[in-house]
Amino acid sequence: MLADPLNSPEHELFRETARKFTEQELRPRAREFDEMGRFDKSLFKDMGDLGMLGLRYDPQYGGAGLDWSYTSVLYEEIGRSDNAGVTMGISVHTDMATPSLAEFGSEDLKQEFLVPAIAGEMVSAIAVTEPDAGSDVSGIRTRAIRDGDDWVINGSKIYITNAATADWLCLLAVTDPEAGYGGVSQILVPTDVPGFRYDLLDKIGNWGSDTGQLYFEDVRVPVAHTIGDIGRGFQQQMVQFQDERLVACVSSIAGSLFLWEETRRWAEERVLFGKPLSKMQNTQFKMVELFTQLAAAKELTQACVRKRVSGEDATDLITMAKLFCGRVCRQVADECIQFHGGYGYMKESMAGRAFVDSRLISIGGGSDETMLHYMAKQLGF
Amino acid sequence: MKVMVCLKQVPHQDARLDVNSDGTWIQEDNIKFEINSYDTYAIEEALRLKDAGDAEVVVVSIGPDRVTQALRTALGMGADRAVHVNDAAAQGADALGTAKILAAVAKEEGADVIFTGLMADDDNASAIPPMVAELLDMPSATGVTATEISEASIKVERELEGGALEVVELPKPCLIAIQTGANQVRYASLKGIMQAKKKPVDVKTLADLGVADSAGHAHNKATINKISVPAKGDTAEILEGSTDEIVTQLVGKIKELGLL
Ligand SMILES: Cc1cc2nc3c(=O)[nH]c(=O)nc-3n(C[C@H](O)[C@H](O)[C@H](O)COP(=O)(O)OP(=O)(O)OC[C@H]3O[C@@H](n4cnc5c(N)ncnc54)[C@H](O)[C@@H]3O)c2cc1C
Repeated sequence: MLADPLNSPEHELFRETARKFTEQELRPRAREFDEMGRFDKSLFKDMGDLGMLGLRYDPQYGGAGLDWSYTSVLYEEIGRSDNAGVTMGISVHTDMATPSLAEFGSEDLKQEFLVPAIAGEMVSAIAVTEPDAGSDVSGIRTRAIRDGDDWVINGSKIYITNAATADWLCLLAVTDPEAGYGGVSQILVPTDVPGFRYDLLDKIGNWGSDTGQLYFEDVRVPVAHTIGDIGRGFQQQMVQFQDERLVACVSSIAGSLFLWEETRRWAEERVLFGKPLSKMQNTQFKMVELFTQLAAAKELTQACVRKRVSGEDATDLITMAKLFCGRVCRQVADECIQFHGGYGYMKESMAGRAFVDSRLISIGGGSDETMLHYMAKQLGF
Repeated sequence: MKVMVCLKQVPHQDARLDVNSDGTWIQEDNIKFEINSYDTYAIEEALRLKDAGDAEVVVVSIGPDRVTQALRTALGMGADRAVHVNDAAAQGADALGTAKILAAVAKEEGADVIFTGLMADDDNASAIPPMVAELLDMPSATGVTATEISEASIKVERELEGGALEVVELPKPCLIAIQTGANQVRYASLKGIMQAKKKPVDVKTLADLGVADSAGHAHNKATINKISVPAKGDTAEILEGSTDEIVTQLVGKIKELGLL
């Protein structure tokens, strides 16, 4: 048999570590993280020690220098943490807030912020969305004005994951209001600077993550904290979004498959009209339909991963995968609640939580309509 | 110092198990395997000796090709080398035969300390560790929850009936069978996994080890006649009364069975 480069013995061993870590460190504490409204920050350090936080990053900065196939393995397992908020918090750090720094950041900036991020000693957040601009990223108003060697930042960001946990932000700000797309920059902002504060937001789901509104009042950071070139922020963020969307696909489908498995277990144990729920044809047919949807979503996601590994542009496929995975996860959660009956409607039920958690997948990281809008353009409409 | 760890790959605790067609073992096709949980603590205990000094840790397993995964995991956790006894004749060997094979490896390796798990998750026999020690004429201790090593000996804490502890000192070379929970087992880090790629795995046959004439299923003294899933009973007893009364009755029953 030909060796599969995306499924080598090393992939399998890493999967084993990721699975054990998820089963022993994350899942048993899933409801505790909900109560806390965030992830236990000390676990980032543990994950850093295991090499999980810098899979694709240069070994020079503590990364493993591997490819997307390992990221996929990691989130296929962490996606089974029984806590979508925690999965999101971790993936924001590894694949949504750090890719730009790793790809475009200066040597000094990488030494100061990427090295500790990979080690799990610092946690990052991505700050793009604003109260008046989400899907329309070009409408952001958070302003960075140059004052000598400093940026002076004023404005606000909203719905930001890891708001309370983050040590630094990858902030998207307007540096030249006249220049349109070319007037936006990515700036690395440590969260301990004067003039920065946050408020936490109360969400309907993803309780295990700390989502907040951020405020910047005359926040000063060196111009040297610009990630990449001044004025390239929009383009760099569009690149960074590709990792964000793909990791969302991998982890959400993993979580959804886990829910499917647990629902099957439930259906085998729940007896009504004298037989297990799983013996009713309606259950079997629905479960197979859901499994088919999940298999399709997983294969589409893996096609994206393969493109990323081979270095091809995967933007179109990732866009479609993001759209498709969000919808599949929502459908799976909805049907799984139905199999659970009244229990499914309880907060403690996995299906009930998935019902609200999965709703986010079609909004965060770009809404379904943003994906549709992009693809309509790509297809020449 | 050379430390040898014997590990067994057993069906994954989440695997769905079915009895095979002739009713003598489980159906092994298409199920997942993992390292016997007791053995993971044995590996960890050995790796702690390595962390503390200059021990070389060699992991040994008997089994078909799939066993490579278990050995690679141990190498990823930090073991230095692996010995894989891969020989169709060893398949289905009884406890004594298996002990003979492990003893032959230990002799070849010149192990100063041998760690094993207290028992295997699948057959629960607890037979092999003392047998290996006996064959090698070594002292051994089972049910070990803590170890303290010095130049010529190892002091161990053993779990006794009813939670009592016993402290025993064994001169090296010796064999120690570890109890679960003895330590916190580390995960194989990504770095460890990548390093493990370059670590040697020696594959051996029974002939290589000089035990082809004495060990292996053809030389079994014990054979498995039948394994089966216990029939569902109808002897469940429902305790009635207030919570306090139920608890009192339950504790009484447990005492009656000698479990407390
Ligand atoms: C729990 C959570 C965590 C988040 N974490 C982060 C984070 O860490 N960092 C960050 O920067 N952001 C984060 N977000 C924000 C998220 O990315 C935005 O909510 C999302 O991009 C949508 O933007 P918006 O909320 O401003 O909605 P809007 O842009 O106002 O869109 C509203 C609706 O308009 C419709 N729409 C949008 N575009 C089109 C179109 N082209 N055609 C037709 N209809 C359209 C869609 O239905 C859309 O849902 C998070 C959000 C949530 C809920």
